[in-house]
Amino acid sequence: MLVKLAWRNIWRNKRRTLLTISAVAFAVFFSSFMNSFQKGAWDHMMNSVVNSYFGFGQVHKAGYFEEQTLNNAFDPTEAKSQLGNIPEIRDAVARVESFALASYDKYTSVAFVIGTEPGKEDKMTELSTKVSSGAYLVDSEKAILIGSKIAEKLNINVNDTLVLLGQGYRGVNAAGKFVVKGLLTFPSPELNKTMIYMPLQTAHDFYGSEGMVTTLALDIDNKEEAIVALANLKQNLDTSTYEVLNWEEMLPELQQAREVDTGGAQVMLFVLYLIIAFVLLGTILMLTKERMHEFGILTAIGMDKKKLASTVWMEILILGFVGSMVGILLSACIVYYFYTNPLDLSIMGEDAVKTYESFGVEPIFPAAFQWDIFFTQAMIVAILTSILSMYPIIKIFKLNTIAAMRD
Amino acid sequence: MSVISAQQIKKTYNPKTIPVHALRGVDLNIEKREFTAIVGPSGSGKTTLLNIIGGLDRPSDGRIEVGGKDISTLSDNQLIDFRKKYIGFVFQAYNLIPVFTAKENIEFVMLLQKRSKAERDARVEELLSAVGMTEKIDKRPSELSGGQQQRVAVARALASKPTFILADEPTANLDSKSTSDLLDIMANLNQEEEVTFVFSTHDQRVIDRARRVITLDDGVIISDVNID
Repeated sequence: MLVKLAWRNIWRNKRRTLLTISAVAFAVFFSSFMNSFQKGAWDHMMNSVVNSYFGFGQVHKAGYFEEQTLNNAFDPTEAKSQLGNIPEIRDAVARVESFALASYDKYTSVAFVIGTEPGKEDKMTELSTKVSSGAYLVDSEKAILIGSKIAEKLNINVNDTLVLLGQGYRGVNAAGKFVVKGLLTFPSPELNKTMIYMPLQTAHDFYGSEGMVTTLALDIDNKEEAIVALANLKQNLDTSTYEVLNWEEMLPELQQAREVDTGGAQVMLFVLYLIIAFVLLGTILMLTKERMHEFGILTAIGMDKKKLASTVWMEILILGFVGSMVGILLSACIVYYFYTNPLDLSIMGEDAVKTYESFGVEPIFPAAFQWDIFFTQAMIVAILTSILSMYPIIKIFKLNTIAAMRD
Repeated sequence: MSVISAQQIKKTYNPKTIPVHALRGVDLNIEKREFTAIVGPSGSGKTTLLNIIGGLDRPSDGRIEVGGKDISTLSDNQLIDFRKKYIGFVFQAYNLIPVFTAKENIEFVMLLQKRSKAERDARVEELLSAVGMTEKIDKRPSELSGGQQQRVAVARALASKPTFILADEPTANLDSKSTSDLLDIMANLNQEEEVTFVFSTHDQRVIDRARRVITLDDGVIISDVNID
C-alpha cells in the first residue's frame, strides 16, 4: 500500500511529473548517447590502429621504443621460445621496421618500411584485406605493398618498380628496387601515407639484418587477454634485455587524446547533471512544501516518520527510475541504430573527409552499444535522486505535527 | 478508571518572547463511552487541550494520563505509536488522503497497525456500512461531498478500534442534514463500539447532542455539565 501511495502521489500533479521525468530521461538519453558515440568512435579508432598494425602487445629489444633504429634489432629465437608457454598469445609476427626514402620517377617520399611474415601478418592484422588493388605478398618475393596515399603521392601503381634507399643494420647502405605488387588502403589515413610492406626475408636482404628483427608483434585476441599475457611474458623474459609493451604504451598520444576528450565530455555531463539536479530539486521542494499538511495528518493518524520518509523517498526514486528507463530505452534504440549503421561523415563532402583525415581519423563514427554505459547513467540519476531526497526526509524527521497540520 | 485524566495542564506558547497562555491549569477526567463536547469562544484553548489529550502537543506543565499512562513524557516516536493504538482523529477539514479511495483511507490506518488483509477487509466493510458509505467504497475524496468525506473520516478514526476519538470542529464545514446524519452515526458508534468521543466545537447542534459539555474560557474550565 505504501508503494501504491507513492505511485499515486507521483501522478497527483501529472504535468509536473511528466516534466520531471522528461528532464531525467533527457539527461540519461543525452549522456548515454554522447558516451556511446564517444566510446564507439575512440574504440573504433584504437581498434583500427591496433588491429591494423600494432597488435595488443609487442616485444622489442630493451630501449627500442625510445630509439627506434635498426641498430636496436634483436635475435628473436629466445623470446619466441617463451611465447609458446603463454596460451593467450596465439602467435607472434616478426618484423623488421625502419625508414627509407621511396622514389619513383621524379617523386620522392619518406616511407616506413616493414619487413614481415606475410602469412602470419595476414592472420593477425588481416593485411590482405587492406589490398585495394593488386595482390598480397608471398614469402621471400622481392615485391612490396604500398599505402594508397603514398602511392598517389609518388604517382606509382601496381607492377611499377619503386626504388628504396636507406640505412641498413649497423650502418650498411640499403638500396633496392621493388615491384609494387599491391596498394594498401587502411582505415587510418596516417598509415596510408607512410606504410610499405615487404616479406621479412626481402627486408633482411635489403637492410642486411639477417636473423634479426626489431619487433615481435603479438597476436592476442583482445585487451583483457593482453593484460594477462603481457604480465606473464614480463615475468618470463629478462626485462633488461627485452621490453614488453602493451598497445596503450605504444600509442600514448592517442591514449592521452582520448583521456582529454573524455575529460571534456565529463565536464559537459557534469554541467548537464547539475541542471537536471536543479530541476529535480525544484520538483522536490514543491512536492515537500505542498505536502507538509498531509505529512502532518499522516503522522497524526499514526504513520511513523520512517515509513513516511521511505514513502517519499520511494516517490522520488520512482521519478528518477521511470525517467532513467525512458532515457535508456530511447537512447538504446538510437544508439543501437548507429552501432549497426555507423555515422559516415563522408556524406558531408570531400572537405569533411579531408578535415578528419588531417587528424589521422577515418570519418566513420560507430556508436558503442554497451549496457554498462546506459546503466552507469541510470546509477548517476539514482544517486542524484537519493541525495536530493534527503531534503524531504530531513524535513519529515524534523516535522512538528501540529505546525505541519496548520501549514 | 478514567480514560483520560488531566491534572493542572498548562500550555504557554512563545514562553521566551511574548508568552501566550493557552491553558492555565486544566483538570479533567473523561470516562469510557462519554460523548463530550468541549466548547468555548475562539482562543479559549479548546484545540490546544484536544491536541494535548491526543498526544499531538505536549503540555508546558501538568500531567496527562491516557489509560493510566503518562503521555507527557513520551518521545515523538512513542507518541506516534500511542496515537496509532489509542486515538482516532476527526478533523474539521476531513483530511483524507486524496490519492486513496474511501476503502483505502480506512484500510491504511489498519495497515499501519499491521492487521491482516482479511481483518482489514472485514473492518472496512463493517465501518463503511456503519457510516452508510458502502456504495462509495471506491470513490476518492474528490468524488465525495463534504458530509460524505467526514463520514469516511469517522470510519477511518474508528478503524484501529481506538480507546477514544478526538473530533476537532467536525461539523464546521457541513450543512444541517450532513451534521445531523454524522451526529447520528457518531452517537450510534459511541454506543455500539463503546468508543469515547470528545469534540471541540462551536456548533450548537453538536452541543445539543453531547451528554457532557465542558466550557473553556481563557485557558480554564469555567463549567462542566453532565446532561445525563
